Amino acid sequence: MTTATTTTSTRVIRDYDRPLWRRIFVNREFAIIALLVLVAIVAAVTIRGFAQPITANYLLLDVAPILLIALPMTLVMITGEIDLSVGSMVGLASVVIGVLTESGAPFEVAALAALLVGVVGGALNGFLVTVVGLPSLAVTIGTLALFRGLAVGLLGTTAVTDFPETWTALAKAKIAGTTIPYIVIPFLILLVLFAVLLHFTPFGRGIFAIGLSKDAARFSGVDVERTKFILFVLSGVVAAFAGIFYTLRFGSARGDNATGLELQVIAAVVLGGVSVFGGRGHLHGVVAAVLLIGVLGSSLRLAGVTSDVINIITGGLLIFSVVAASVLAWAQRVRSKAGPPLRVAASPAP
Amino acid sequence: MSLTTAPAAAAPAIAKKPGGIGRAREFGILAALVLVVIAATVKNPNFLFSADGWRDLLLTPSILMLVAVGQAIVIITRNVDLSVGSVMGLTAYLTGRLFVDVPGIPIVLVVIAAVLLGAFLGLVNGALVAFAKVPAMVITLGTLYAYRGINVLWTGSDRINASDMPKDFLALGTQQILFIPVLSIVAVIVLALAAWYLRNTRGGREYYAIGSDPSAAELYGLKVTRRVLSAFVLSGALAGLAGVFYAARYGSISSQAGSGWELDAVGAAVIGGIAITGGVGTVWGAAIGAMLLMTINRALPILGIPDFWQRAVVGVLIIGAIVLDRVLAVRQRRQLIEARDES
Repeated sequence: MTTATTTTSTRVIRDYDRPLWRRIFVNREFAIIALLVLVAIVAAVTIRGFAQPITANYLLLDVAPILLIALPMTLVMITGEIDLSVGSMVGLASVVIGVLTESGAPFEVAALAALLVGVVGGALNGFLVTVVGLPSLAVTIGTLALFRGLAVGLLGTTAVTDFPETWTALAKAKIAGTTIPYIVIPFLILLVLFAVLLHFTPFGRGIFAIGLSKDAARFSGVDVERTKFILFVLSGVVAAFAGIFYTLRFGSARGDNATGLELQVIAAVVLGGVSVFGGRGHLHGVVAAVLLIGVLGSSLRLAGVTSDVINIITGGLLIFSVVAASVLAWAQRVRSKAGPPLRVAASPAP
Repeated sequence: MSLTTAPAAAAPAIAKKPGGIGRAREFGILAALVLVVIAATVKNPNFLFSADGWRDLLLTPSILMLVAVGQAIVIITRNVDLSVGSVMGLTAYLTGRLFVDVPGIPIVLVVIAAVLLGAFLGLVNGALVAFAKVPAMVITLGTLYAYRGINVLWTGSDRINASDMPKDFLALGTQQILFIPVLSIVAVIVLALAAWYLRNTRGGREYYAIGSDPSAAELYGLKVTRRVLSAFVLSGALAGLAGVFYAARYGSISSQAGSGWELDAVGAAVIGGIAITGGVGTVWGAAIGAMLLMTINRALPILGIPDFWQRAVVGVLIIGAIVLDRVLAVRQRRQLIEARDES
């Protein structure tokens, strides 16, 4: 049994016995935040046009859907599950709004219906994962196709672009006196809600417990199924909200809106220090990671670098961040001879 | 063929039951495929009984089939390879590039180069996964972006067109031997080899052992690192071959060739009965899954359903397949327990 824990050693992060300063400065989240600050400073100094207030506006508008969806995704992934269907849910919510407003419903009603679709879609994921007991990776690949199919099926290749001026303007409007878009207000509210939920409630402790060991969590009284179900519903409804914003920001409801968004969200969450095995992660690391990708992207674009290079950098950063962590862990084990061996003793060759 | 030979072996009663259910599993997907083909053919005989219809029926799935077989092997080891679409795009462009830059280059050489490039990209994935002990999903998500980035950087806004490639090569995409497209024959040969290897050799069984319980496999002394590495190399090489197929079939390669295929490949494997948790399934299943995905795509408009709904149908299929899998697994478990209690 000990081999099981040593081979998957990335999930065993026990740093509570380290001094406080090391806990703050030598961890994944701090590294990402430091990198974010560093990149922002370098970009501000070297790239003409980056250090302008308007940059913050575009940057936040661009990353807002990712920022929003990354919040529930962090919680879902800490439990060791995943939700690949979020990008399709953004598209489906967008289409629901489009179809309803086109048929004459007021925008507010359409938006509420979109949120309801988010709840239902999330509940479907949650039901299949918790009640039927299926792996979430497979379930959400299925609903990724299903939601996208419903979105494209309902609207075809047409686009609905007729939305109330007041709402589309609001999505892009800046808070008076600043260049910060209004979308940061719901984002901050959600951030506080999710942070309190994750770090200051028994429910949140349960989320970590499930990620570390589902059985141990169950024995200590955590309702594993209920927790996961709630998280999938939250993921669906926040994705739907992001879909409403997405629709208003671009003033267009299309079936293929936000295609591939799920991979960007997951890349950001993993970069932010959430382990895909579950049991580890912090929201501040994830938010910093989303902003890091956003700042890198917008500064490089301003510098005339094409989005392909940005893709390479995003992918490279993701790989580097996870590989570096395991190289560090390996080096630590080698240094402390008392630690458990890295691998099971090699068996004689057959 | 392994569909019929698998349960034929005389086995004790307990071992027989899972075998029978395993057969039913792929049989269900095959039945669905046949049903779709029959329904579409009844509605429009051209679906099957015209030269183009017949060719498309076999050719279109052949490319995804290759990728799905590689994906299946990786998933059987309890990993996943999300970078296959990007690998395919890179090798497809390499194929076109070689024909443009090296006039008169033998086709065989191009195929070998593309497969080698695919295998190399798979090796990078596998090395990162196996040595750094990082989940494959994270690594291959990273290489999905990185490889696609390299592809776009290399391609730019350039596009390879059919006119840039030799006629002989493009003919491969349409040529038939005895009414069967050449590419499909190659795909089936690869499929049969992979199926045989997974079923009958020590190495093949080790993939299943690793996927069933990685730590037990390690304890038992299997070379887990090397095996996992080889699964990724195979997946990369097959995606590389699929890239060549793509170039031959479509004749037009942009920097976005193969994007999004990773989800189709995982979807095909899941529909075909490969358990995402590893250790269960056959490449035949994955291949039939790929065939079903692509055939539905073409059949829906004929059946009077706008093809916009195609992805929704695929989603329902994936969910239906994994729910069915779960039901069968639960039933099998109960039967095994009953059999144990009786004896």
